[in-house]
Amino acid sequence: MSPELVTSLIIAFVALFVVLNTAAIVVFAERRLAGFIQNRPGPNRVGPIGILQPLADVLKLLFNEDITPIYGRKALHTIAPIIPVITAIAAIAVIPFATGVVASDINVGVLYLLAVTSMGVYGVTLGGWASNSKYSLLGGLRSAAQMVSYELPMGIAVASCVLYAASLNMVEIVDSQEFWWNVFRNPIGFVIFIIAAFAEANRAPFDLVEAEQELVGGFHTEYSGMKFGTFFLAEYMHVVIGSMLIVTFFFGGYHLPFAGYWLPEMSETATIILDLIVFSVKTLFFVFLFIWVRWTLPRFKFNDLMNYSWSRLLPLGIINFVVIASAIMIYNNYFS
Amino acid sequence: MVTYLFILFATLAIAAALAMVLNRSTVNSALFLVLNMLSIAGIYLLLKAQFLAVVQVLVYAGAIMVLFLFVIMLLNVEDEEAVLDKINFRYIISVILGVVVLSYLLYIAGSMADALPPVAEDMAQVGTVEAIGDELFSTYILPLEITAILLTAAVVGAIMMAQHKFK
Repeated sequence: MSPELVTSLIIAFVALFVVLNTAAIVVFAERRLAGFIQNRPGPNRVGPIGILQPLADVLKLLFNEDITPIYGRKALHTIAPIIPVITAIAAIAVIPFATGVVASDINVGVLYLLAVTSMGVYGVTLGGWASNSKYSLLGGLRSAAQMVSYELPMGIAVASCVLYAASLNMVEIVDSQEFWWNVFRNPIGFVIFIIAAFAEANRAPFDLVEAEQELVGGFHTEYSGMKFGTFFLAEYMHVVIGSMLIVTFFFGGYHLPFAGYWLPEMSETATIILDLIVFSVKTLFFVFLFIWVRWTLPRFKFNDLMNYSWSRLLPLGIINFVVIASAIMIYNNYFS
Repeated sequence: MVTYLFILFATLAIAAALAMVLNRSTVNSALFLVLNMLSIAGIYLLLKAQFLAVVQVLVYAGAIMVLFLFVIMLLNVEDEEAVLDKINFRYIISVILGVVVLSYLLYIAGSMADALPPVAEDMAQVGTVEAIGDELFSTYILPLEITAILLTAAVVGAIMMAQHKFK
């Protein structure tokens, strides 16, 4: 194997390990923060401050009986929970974590990312269909409609970031933000992206897919045991990866604010360590934001959800894109 | 290595296409079509057409097929009678024969590891985003714009027809 391949594999596996464990910790953090926001303790019995709660949850799920509905599709019912996990793992491949630390530096990185995330919808939709239950089916259908609708504003918001970098390569997008983060240059794009990211992760206020008042459990009504656990894991992996994408596209990735102006040159190792710390802190902040929003905002109605995407976010995104494109063209032609 | 990947993707594409046509369940057919598109995207990648490969997954597998599935599930199309109701004797024999034939084919394929010619250096540049963008917005700008207008007109027309007040 070539040295580049070995480096890529090492980075990919370490990143995978970190993301999987972060997902487990986020589950715990969510429950504790929910408790804090609702003025109750939350799980605090297993281990010090309840930190071993995810472990206990997984053990419980492992010993649950695994049920497939009799008239359901057994094969699809089994495959469905795996799909969102695969897409979440595949997305890690192109995210740059520090200077030079990226598993795969491909020149269509942004498109790859959008393509991979667009495949995630199959898991929820098929899970709903294969359960042979009206509640699950409705959850699955909602998810299909919602994901397709929110992919467009998300794509356009990302495209407006691509304009600044003039490249579809993730590393170049991050490096274009060394002086000014995209959130300062493209605030409307950021708002659109973060809303779409919440919707794509099926998180409140867009968790219509599992609206318990209307649909019992939504798409995972008929799931139990580790299959349900896999869906659960996928949701939190998507939270972590959604936060990473927000950081990468709009908050300068591994760059400190305005780093190009004041940050002195450092040795390679020091840069990588600083980058990793900066990236993790930013990611954790957005994970916190995901949790915070979930326990603060009420859920949308479904028709509002669709209207919001098609008649608000999408036109706004297109206008934002055209304005930024024209501004960049005028700047390049007349001022530089 | 490239040859083996090509054989894998090509077999997968053909098998998925056959399965799509032969399957009685509409949802399964749609899913096999997705698998077919993914394996064709893999073949595009082997030909160094990265842009085409990614767009194939993004547009066809990720968006259009989701809408297909959505419609199939919404209409709740009944399955036709299944071809293979339960695992019977013939089914087992055919699987065994299939494995034998496949392993024989792979054995032959193993003896010609570098059968495929490598993609030429200048051809490898054709499939990049930059090259396609340059061509689309210079040489082919007129067809591109006409296609865009056509698609917009189609979308507007579809929305008009979906509104019941339209006479």
